[in-house]
Amino acid sequence: MSNVFEPEVDTDIAWCPGCGNFSIHQILLKTLSELKIKQQKLVLVSGIGQAAKTPQYINSNYFNGLHGRALPVATAVKSCNPELTVIAISGDGCVYGEGGNHFIHAIRRNPDITCIVHNNMVYGLTKGQASPTSRKGFISSLQISGVYSEPFNPLAVAISLNASFVARAYSADEKQTIEVLKIAIKHRGFSLVDIFQPCVSFNKLNTYKWYKENTYYLDDSHDPGNKVEAFKKAVENEKYPLGIFYTNTDNLPFEKHLPVYKDSNEPMYKRNVDSDKLAELMKNMKKN
Amino acid sequence: MNSIQLNNDMSIVISGEAGQGLQSIEQIMSNLAISSGYNVFTYSEFMSRIRGGNNSTEIRISSKRITSYVDRIDIFIPMCKGAMFRFKGRIAKETIIIGDVSHIDEMYKDAYRIIYIPLLKIMKELGGNTYINSLIIGFISNLLGSTFDSAIKTIEKRFKNFGEEIINNNMEAVKTGFELSCEIIEADKFCIQIEKTEDVKNNLILYGYEAIGLGAIAGGCNFISSYPMSPSTGVFTFLAKNAETFGIIVEQAEDEISAINMGLGAWYAGGRAMVTTSGGGFALMAEALSLAGAIESPMVIHIGQRPGPATGMPTRTEQGDFLTALYSGHGEFPRIIFAPGDKEDGIRLTHQAFNMADKFQTPVIILTDQYFMDSSNNMNDFGITGLKAEKYFEITDDKYARYKFMGNGISPRGIPDHGRGIVRVDSDEHDENGYLTEDFNVRKNMVNKRIKKMESIKQETIPPAQSGSNHYKYAVVCWGSVRNTAEEAIAAIARNDIACFSFTQLYPLYNGTADLLKSAEKLIIIENNATSQFGTFIKQETGIEFDHKILKYNGMPFSVEEITAEINKALLKE
Repeated sequence: MSNVFEPEVDTDIAWCPGCGNFSIHQILLKTLSELKIKQQKLVLVSGIGQAAKTPQYINSNYFNGLHGRALPVATAVKSCNPELTVIAISGDGCVYGEGGNHFIHAIRRNPDITCIVHNNMVYGLTKGQASPTSRKGFISSLQISGVYSEPFNPLAVAISLNASFVARAYSADEKQTIEVLKIAIKHRGFSLVDIFQPCVSFNKLNTYKWYKENTYYLDDSHDPGNKVEAFKKAVENEKYPLGIFYTNTDNLPFEKHLPVYKDSNEPMYKRNVDSDKLAELMKNMKKN
Repeated sequence: MNSIQLNNDMSIVISGEAGQGLQSIEQIMSNLAISSGYNVFTYSEFMSRIRGGNNSTEIRISSKRITSYVDRIDIFIPMCKGAMFRFKGRIAKETIIIGDVSHIDEMYKDAYRIIYIPLLKIMKELGGNTYINSLIIGFISNLLGSTFDSAIKTIEKRFKNFGEEIINNNMEAVKTGFELSCEIIEADKFCIQIEKTEDVKNNLILYGYEAIGLGAIAGGCNFISSYPMSPSTGVFTFLAKNAETFGIIVEQAEDEISAINMGLGAWYAGGRAMVTTSGGGFALMAEALSLAGAIESPMVIHIGQRPGPATGMPTRTEQGDFLTALYSGHGEFPRIIFAPGDKEDGIRLTHQAFNMADKFQTPVIILTDQYFMDSSNNMNDFGITGLKAEKYFEITDDKYARYKFMGNGISPRGIPDHGRGIVRVDSDEHDENGYLTEDFNVRKNMVNKRIKKMESIKQETIPPAQSGSNHYKYAVVCWGSVRNTAEEAIAAIARNDIACFSFTQLYPLYNGTADLLKSAEKLIIIENNATSQFGTFIKQETGIEFDHKILKYNGMPFSVEEITAEINKALLKE
C-alpha cells in the first residue's frame, strides 16, 4: 500500500549522506502510515535547522516557522483545532537552546501534541558548534578547549515538570523508535520523544558506535508511572537508557481547560461572532 | 469665603496614594455623572507601584461632550499628605481645594480658596482609612446634584461581591460624605450649575482598553496570547473577562516571543488572533512580525505605547513607537498601521484590523498609548453590532498551493483540514506550494508578489478626520490619541482659517495627504514624542515639511490649554 505521506515530488533532500535524519524521516513516515492518520488532519510544526527541514520531505500540512518557536505555534494550532494531530519536530539546538523557555512552558501547559527532538548533540546547519546537549569536553570551532557547561538534560527537566509523556529513542533502531512514536502520538497530552542521532559531519564524539556502546533499553521492570524512578533513569549518564521513561495522565491537556470547548469541539474556524451577545454586552456596559 | 459658582464645565482632580481607591472614585463618579445627565471624561495618571506614591484622577464634567484632558483644576481634593506637591503649577487661585487640614500644604492655606472638611476625624469614627473613597464619592455626588439614592445604588452595585460589612461601611461613608456636602451647600459656600441633558443617560462610558477589546470581539477575535505589560494589559483582561461568552481562547504566554508565535499558529489553523503589548514587548515580537510577512499570515498587534527607550516610564504616555512599528521586522513585506484617535475609532479600527489582516494576509498594528488606554468618556452606542467579522479563507482542493501567484499578489488562504488541500507555510523563501527554495527566479517572484499586495492595501486607506474650517490657511496635523485634545483646542481658538487633520491610519499614508496639506500656507504638527516621527514620515512620503512642531515627551499627554497656547504661539510667529 502506498503511503500518502511519502513526498509527492522527488525533492533534493538537504541532509548529508549517512545522517541520522534519514532514518528518523523513514521512521516517521512509517509511523504516520501505521497510525492511519488522515492526511489533512496532520500538522507538522518545525523551527529552523537540519532536523526542522523534515516536514519538507513529508506530504503533510506544515508550519515551518522560526528558530526555537515551534512549540508555541504547535500549541496554538492544536488549541484552535483539537481535531488535528499536531507534531512539533526540530533539533536539539532549536527546542532546547533557542526555544528553551518555550520547552519548559509547553510542558507546563500540556497541549496534546508530540514533540520530536532530533538530538545529535551538535549544531549541524551552522557547522559544528556545541549544542545545549553537547557533552563536556566536546571540541568545536567555537568551544576550542572543549565544552565546559553542564549538558541540558531534557528528560530530567520534563519529568520534573510532570510532563505527560517522556521517552528517548535512537534513530538507528527503527522498530523500537516506531513503537515509541506510535504510543507518543496517541498519548493525550504533551509527549516528548528525544531521539539520539549521530551527526556524521560534525560530531566525531557521539558516533553510531558511541551510541551503540553507550545506550541500553529500559526493560519491563521499569515503571513509567513512578516519577522518582523515572527521574533516576533520566539522570543516568554512564549508559543512557532508551524507551519510555515516564507517563503521567493526571493533568488534563491544555485544550481541555479551554472554556471554548466546554460545550462543543467545533474548531475555531467554523465559529462566528454572536452578535446578539455583543448587543447584550454593550447593554450591560451601560451602567445605568 | 464668598459663594463659589462653577458653570457648565468642571474639572475635579482627586489626588492620593496608590491603594486609596482612586479608580473606584473615578468609575463611580462617571456613572453618577451620566445618570445625572452630564457628559464626563476621566484620565488617571499613576506611578509604577502598588502602594503609596502619588496618583491622581481628573474627572471632567460638562454640559457638552468632552473627550480630552485639561490642565485647569476647578476642584482639587487631596486624600493624603503630600498629595498636592506634584500639582503646584496646576492649582490656581481659582481652584477650590477641599480636604482635611492636615492634607493641605501650608503654602495654600492663606491665599487660596479652601473648604476644610475633617476627613481624618470622620475616617477614625468610621473605623479606618479604607472608606475614604466612598466618603469622597458621597461628597461629590451631592455637589453634582445626584440624589442620595442613586449614590447609594451605585455603591451597592460596585461592592456587591464584597460581603455585608464592607457594603455597610461603604454606605455609611457615602452617607457621611453626602451630609457633609449638604452642610456646605446650605451654608451657601458652593454652587455648581451644569446644564443637564437627557441624551447622555443611555450612553456608554468607555475606556480605551475597552474600546480596543470591543473592536476585537466585533472583528471576530477568538484567540489572544500575550504577556502582561503596561499600559496594554487592559485589553488582555477585558478579553479574558469576556472569553467564555464570546468563545475566545486566552493564554498568558511565557514571553512576547511565544505570544506572537502562538498568534501566528492560531491564524494558520483558522483562528483570529491578536496580541497586546507595549514597545518593549513589541521589540521581542519583531522576528515573528517578519515571519507573518514571510508566511503571509494575518496578525493583529496592539501596541499601547509608553515612554522609552527600554523600560522608560512604564505607566506614562508617549507616541514614541510609530517608527518602530513601521520599520520593525527584517526584510521587506507589507503592513498596515492604525492609530485610533477617540474611543469610537478604537472600536472601528480594531474591528477593521482583523478584516484587513485576513483580507491582505499581512500584519496590522494598532498604536494606542497610556493616555488612550486609561482615559474614558461617555459615548453613544454607534451600532457596533452592525460591524461584521469578514472571513477570507477558502476551501482547498487537492491541487491547492498556498502561495499561488495571483495578479494582485493575494493567494487564496487555506487552512488545514478545510478541504482536501495541503497547507504548507514556510519562513524560508518558498515556492507556490510552500516548499523551501533557493531558486533566484522564484525568490524574485515571491518578493514581487508580497510587495504587490501593497497596491490593494493602498486603495483602502482611511483619510484623516478633518475638523475646523474647510477654507484653511493653517493646517494642524496630529495622529492617534492627540485627536480629541487638538480638536477641542482648535474649536477653542475659533478661527475660520484653521483646520485640524487627525490621522487614524498612519501606514500606508492616505494617498490624498499631499493634496490636503499643500493648500495650507502654514503647517503645524502635534506629536507626543520628541522627534516628530510622523512628521518626518509625511515629509519622506510627500516632500512636505512642517513649519511648526508641537512636541511633548515628559510622560504626560497634551492638555487642551497647552495645544491652544502652542498653536496661538505658532500663529503669532507669522
